[in-house]
Amino acid sequence: MSLPDTLAAGLAGPAAPVAGQPRRLPRWPAGRLTAFAVGALSLLASLLLWHALATSRAHLGFITFAHVPPPSEVLEAGIELLSSPKLSLHVGHSLARIGAGYLSAALAGVGLGLLIGRFRWAARALLPPLEVLRPIPAVAWIPLAILMFPSTEVSMMFITFTGAIFPILLNTIHGVEAVDPRLVASARSLGTRGPRLFAEVILPSAAPGIFTGLSIGMGTCWFCLVSAEMISGQFGIGYYTWESYTLQNYAGIVVGMLFIGAFGMASSALVRWLGHFATPWYRLQEKKA
Amino acid sequence: MTTVVHLRGRVDIQHLDIEFGQGTSRFKAVSDVSLAASTGEFICLLGPSGCGKSTVLGALAGHIVPSAGRLLLDGEAINGPHPDRGLVFQQHTLFPWKSVLDNVAFGLKMQGVPGPERTWRARELIELVGLKGFERHYPSQLSGGMQQRVEIARVLINQPRVLLMDEPFGALDAQTRLKMQQLLLDVWARIRTTVLFVTHDIDEALFLADRILVMSARPGRIIDDIRVPFARPREAQLTTTHAFNSLKRHCLELLHPQNGPAPLDRLSPLGDSVLSEAHFAI
Ligand SMILES: Nc1ncnc2c1ncn2[C@@H]1O[C@H](COP(=O)(O)OP(=O)(O)OP(=O)(O)O)[C@@H](O)[C@H]1O
Ligand SMILES: [Mg+2]
Repeated sequence: MSLPDTLAAGLAGPAAPVAGQPRRLPRWPAGRLTAFAVGALSLLASLLLWHALATSRAHLGFITFAHVPPPSEVLEAGIELLSSPKLSLHVGHSLARIGAGYLSAALAGVGLGLLIGRFRWAARALLPPLEVLRPIPAVAWIPLAILMFPSTEVSMMFITFTGAIFPILLNTIHGVEAVDPRLVASARSLGTRGPRLFAEVILPSAAPGIFTGLSIGMGTCWFCLVSAEMISGQFGIGYYTWESYTLQNYAGIVVGMLFIGAFGMASSALVRWLGHFATPWYRLQEKKA
Repeated sequence: MTTVVHLRGRVDIQHLDIEFGQGTSRFKAVSDVSLAASTGEFICLLGPSGCGKSTVLGALAGHIVPSAGRLLLDGEAINGPHPDRGLVFQQHTLFPWKSVLDNVAFGLKMQGVPGPERTWRARELIELVGLKGFERHYPSQLSGGMQQRVEIARVLINQPRVLLMDEPFGALDAQTRLKMQQLLLDVWARIRTTVLFVTHDIDEALFLADRILVMSARPGRIIDDIRVPFARPREAQLTTTHAFNSLKRHCLELLHPQNGPAPLDRLSPLGDSVLSEAHFAI
């Protein structure tokens, strides 16, 4: 589950100037401008296609656009939602669930990952049950979670937790296992022992891997939250999307989808940004490699 | 009246055996190695690749448990790593997430020395190894030679009784290596610790050492103990003298790798990264 490419793409940010090296002047070559223009045009074309298909209520074989709202209606519904008090209610609920589920997954995933990656006894004792649970998609937990927890609220937090924990755990384990044994040996020879080895060497050394896991976990976390909200929620963006369907407010469905996308993207960006600032040395290394 | 002379940095290895592997694949990496390094002595361990030089050093550092024999520092048995025995590897063992200053000050931090004192003591050593002005840089922003200077400063801050150096300049280009050898001798002239320096570069051993211990191919044994008589301070010109070259010839004859057994897989006792086939610089 380690994704070195994601890692590089996720954490490699804009180049910080390195002292002693000539600084490269920022350039806007013609190639980039064209790429930007092509991207914008492609987006515009997709919008137009959507508009055309929706307004003409096209039937294309087994797929029909008869009930798909055109972009203009979606825009209207979006503006309406933005100005209504329902928005903060839905967003607030979703964010609270994500916050609780994701943060506990981050704590548990990183904590267990450090132990399992570092100590053979922990790996022997803890990995087998985790390996059994891992292939079960978090969404499959929904019915049992509803039965297990006192409120649907807590069960939805549990589902987001389940969705986020495995990528975080596995990337942490991987990061810890990849710690250079010579770094550990050096630290020991310099007088490091016990818990300080974790704080001073293992954790920082595994940090890039941990942040990869945290960023992947944020994505799966939203996926699971939305599914859970659709099935058992009251309030929440996923619930709003599903409710729009049941109320035949078709523009609302697309608005909900777009909001989910935007929040998912923003929260992943937040995690990447945190990773970026927590590991400034890593960017320099990546650039050199 | 008796004067108590406090001797620091005397290393004794007595009949050291080290084995690796399990069951039938178990083998002896080091066989019956004995040596004595007196206080402030500069000893080079020279030997073909895979003969167990790093293993001996790793045992002295306290990272490898010997199968038999005794390891002593100033008469006390070595068990486990300790800042008294500073270890320097070939490359990439600085903490990449710490600045030069924090890397050098790390040993003091582990001792619980307060921040301001750490900083000035680290600055002193950074200046000693010629890196003033680079305190805030990360290791990846430094050249290989500069990184090795930081490594040296980082272990010296603990005022070790013995410096264990495992091919510390092995990854540097010839020119930088010469500079670093000179720097090490300068530093050593001021901070007189015992040094055990592993290399497979004969020139380097002859230029640096008071004594060269030559090891045989695996299982490593010590096959010769050569006194290097050149006066100090030593200059680069030394390497062109007749005396230097005749000692060098002697070492080459001892090592003659082409007649030895086929080279073995390089596995390292401390996960040393394998960079290139070992070679004897001539
Ligand atoms: N952890 C290990 N497990 C098994 N074998 C090992 C281990 N570490 C080292 N060896 C083997 O022990 C022998 C001695 O290794 P060592 O690294 O000490 O040699 P060296 O003299 O330092 O060689 P080089 O010049 O290549 O660094 C080698 O044959 C090596 O393959
Ligand atoms: Mg070695």
